[in-house]
Amino acid sequence: MNSSIVGLKQNFHKAVLALAVTTLSSVAFSAETDIGQPQGGSAPPDARDPHAYSDGFTFERGPYSQEERQLKLADEHKFWAFIGDRFEYDTDSETGVFDVQGWYGTTYDRLYIKSEGEVEDGRLQESETDILWSHAYNAYFDTQLGIRVDQSREGKDRQWLAAGMQGLAPYWFEVDMTAYLGDSGRTALSVEAEYELLLTQKLVLQPRAELSFYGKDDEINGIGSGLSQAALGLRLRYEITRQFAPYIGIEWTDKFGKTADFARSEGESVQDTQYLVGIKFWF
Amino acid sequence: MKPDKSMPAFQKSFSRRLFVKGLAAGGLLSAMPNVLQASVGNAQLGSAPVLSGNVVDLVVEEMPVNFTGVTRIATTINGSIPAPTLRFREGDEVTIRVTNRLKVATSIHWHGIILPFEMDGVPGVSFSGIEPGETFVYQFTLKQSGTYWYHSHSGFQEMTGMYGALIIDPREADPIASDQEQIIVLSDWTDEDPMSVFSKLKVQSDIYNFNQPVVGDFIDDVSTMGTSGALAKRRMWNQMRMNPTDLADLSAETFTFLMNGITPAGDWRALFKQGEKVRLRFINGSSNSFFDVRIPGLSLKVVQADGQNIKPVDVDEFRFGPGETYDVIVEPKNDAYTIFAQSMDRSGYARGTLAVNEAVTAQIPELDSAQWLEMSDMMGAMDHSAMGHGMGHDMKSDTAGMDHSAMGHGMKSDSAKMDHSAMGHGMKSDSARMDHSAMGHSMKSDAAEMDHSSMGHSMKGSSSSLAVPSQKVRHASTEYGPSVDMRVDMPRTNLDDPGIGLRNNNRRVLTFSDLRSVDGILDDNRVPTREIELHLTGNMERYSWSIDGLEFGKSTPIYMKQGERIRVILQNDTMMTHPMHLHGMWSDLESPEGELLVRRHTISVQPAQRISFLTTPHDLGRWAWHCHLLFHMDAGMFRQVVVS
Ligand SMILES: [Cu+2]
Repeated sequence: MNSSIVGLKQNFHKAVLALAVTTLSSVAFSAETDIGQPQGGSAPPDARDPHAYSDGFTFERGPYSQEERQLKLADEHKFWAFIGDRFEYDTDSETGVFDVQGWYGTTYDRLYIKSEGEVEDGRLQESETDILWSHAYNAYFDTQLGIRVDQSREGKDRQWLAAGMQGLAPYWFEVDMTAYLGDSGRTALSVEAEYELLLTQKLVLQPRAELSFYGKDDEINGIGSGLSQAALGLRLRYEITRQFAPYIGIEWTDKFGKTADFARSEGESVQDTQYLVGIKFWF
Repeated sequence: MKPDKSMPAFQKSFSRRLFVKGLAAGGLLSAMPNVLQASVGNAQLGSAPVLSGNVVDLVVEEMPVNFTGVTRIATTINGSIPAPTLRFREGDEVTIRVTNRLKVATSIHWHGIILPFEMDGVPGVSFSGIEPGETFVYQFTLKQSGTYWYHSHSGFQEMTGMYGALIIDPREADPIASDQEQIIVLSDWTDEDPMSVFSKLKVQSDIYNFNQPVVGDFIDDVSTMGTSGALAKRRMWNQMRMNPTDLADLSAETFTFLMNGITPAGDWRALFKQGEKVRLRFINGSSNSFFDVRIPGLSLKVVQADGQNIKPVDVDEFRFGPGETYDVIVEPKNDAYTIFAQSMDRSGYARGTLAVNEAVTAQIPELDSAQWLEMSDMMGAMDHSAMGHGMGHDMKSDTAGMDHSAMGHGMKSDSAKMDHSAMGHGMKSDSARMDHSAMGHSMKSDAAEMDHSSMGHSMKGSSSSLAVPSQKVRHASTEYGPSVDMRVDMPRTNLDDPGIGLRNNNRRVLTFSDLRSVDGILDDNRVPTREIELHLTGNMERYSWSIDGLEFGKSTPIYMKQGERIRVILQNDTMMTHPMHLHGMWSDLESPEGELLVRRHTISVQPAQRISFLTTPHDLGRWAWHCHLLFHMDAGMFRQVVVS
């Protein structure tokens, strides 16, 4: 790695860390009230009752009503989506990474499955899979509750209870943060933030940051307590359609604290720069 | 706002796409080519067959169509797109037998027609729909005349071809004189399955918007207004996660815009003889598109709106949304003219030609550049023009029995409140810079707006008079949840705003304030006995649309007593314009001063606008009330009305 890239990386680190902290502190809860009246907040006591004009009638009750309601619009229908956020290949280490999510449900309540992992020589090295119940918390954020299953070929598999928030923070940051509770008092926190910078209508530069924190050392999996790892990525994609976009990118990963020590003792690198090719798609 | 610099490139890609799509000139039904195609050289090319008399048979069935070079399946009425033009006479009782040859239920709604509710044709509200193989008999007496239309009210059938003109000739001689007339039905066609389009919007609501703010726009702005100016221009939008180019959910990316069922490449044509006065009956039969219509070189004398004769207004251009109709008179010279209907988001257009013979052609204008929404489209009455109105209104209500001390007091307390709530926050988060640029007139406008709201409040307190619509904004408690991404606290009440993309374009553009019914409204001059305030709401990220923050499934009907005179206030808390269509009764649009202007069946409410109308529910039953953007309706911007 040449020195200019290292410098760039370190500045980028700082910027993204600052960004993550700012986002964390403003996201979801305070953001709405910061903006004030036009969005979010809670209803004042004199807010209008939206049913006040009904005179007690419903679809099934009152004159000329149909006994059984026939008309059901999309708000009562269920939808689904499969989103392949990252399907990528690191040209140096010859490893593949996948990051996908699928959901099924209504506008406000959905079942989410998110899975992220690494494949080497056709074998799954490690993966994290969240199965979450997602419920709309406010205009832009969903609360998510469920479980996470970690699989690791060389270490030990772990299971966690998961609680988090996913949504769109002010200034268009896509944020996904989840807190985890595992066995023997293990805790973890994962924070992801993404931004989409439109260079043209089809060419999009996407900075991305992912931070992992752990409450306890997990030596067998090479994890130390505190901030264990940060990954910062920059991807440039071309949207052939809005649903299919190949990209190239670069990703820096850095291990911290004891996690870094574990890596060193295993003879693994603490800092890593990867050049990627990948595709993003959804349907 | 300055025009978007990225447009030329966009237009280029559009015309390239148009070339590809233009391979198929006209959406001919390959199964029954003779239905649409009379003969080449006939001015009626592409126009629907006309059915008249008092008994009419309609058959709904699927048909292959080809608008773009790809064959798709349309839902048609008697095998044509548009559906047959029905031509009836005022006062007649008509019988329309509709046979369903689809595999799913269907329906036909007679848009804007006053009739018994069982005949209104909304499945699940006024009847139970027409099952496959079934023939439903519609029977009603026509109490009105003018230009109307009809369409399916089931699923997305309207979007796939089920729409046609319904013309009712007056019993007496038509006061609108013309030498000939043409019916122009505008619509939008997608080769995609509408359900899949809707599902995609649920995943990524801006999937069809290819006019998003890009880095280049920012750099351009930095060079013209400096870094701070360029940042200020974006701050509010980005902070609120709203997109200033959110003009339409669907664009030419998926739509081909049609004029009488003919693509732009197909060039629908109407012929005239020199010296003729031609009446053009424009119907927006599209599912999801607002059109801005003009005929370069001709002045449009608007003589009818939503089927109601109005005092003639000369304009160059008018905008109308799905469901609305306008009749205009033109006096073309010996030449050819393009009838140009560009979509509101400027991604494409429908067009046709008005010519003295088949040989002459007219130039097709360039699409206008797409504009960004302005601050007033998000925050309401901040802009200058709206203020003027506010002031005018204050004067009026002041003379209408308001004492000065009360007003002074109102202003004071209101200004205090204002600082802390709406404005205070907006300004704070927006920084001082915003104050100086976008909100340059903030002090002045605040003051005006304050009068405004305090007026409404005081009026209510001091007298029970409902002579003028209330100005006090009352959000529903359900507007504070996940279904709503924006609320407007200081709506604009200006009816003289043509809307985004038409402001100051150096053309005379029709606005609501230009419209005056010739007759109709005067038959009910009662002061309303109550007000119904409804807010048009939505969440763009979740692609949810609602009223008062409640989608249809969670809503309850609105009760109206037969014969009562009711004021309805519609306030738009979103950044899109919604054409709101109330079935079964008229919507008598009024000015902010309470003056009755024009009788409509569909009222388009602009972003951050507050509009009111009076209505008299004369027919019993259950009625539909919804946004006529088909996907907004389906997403839940829909209410039921009970009249008893
Ligand atoms: Cu709408």
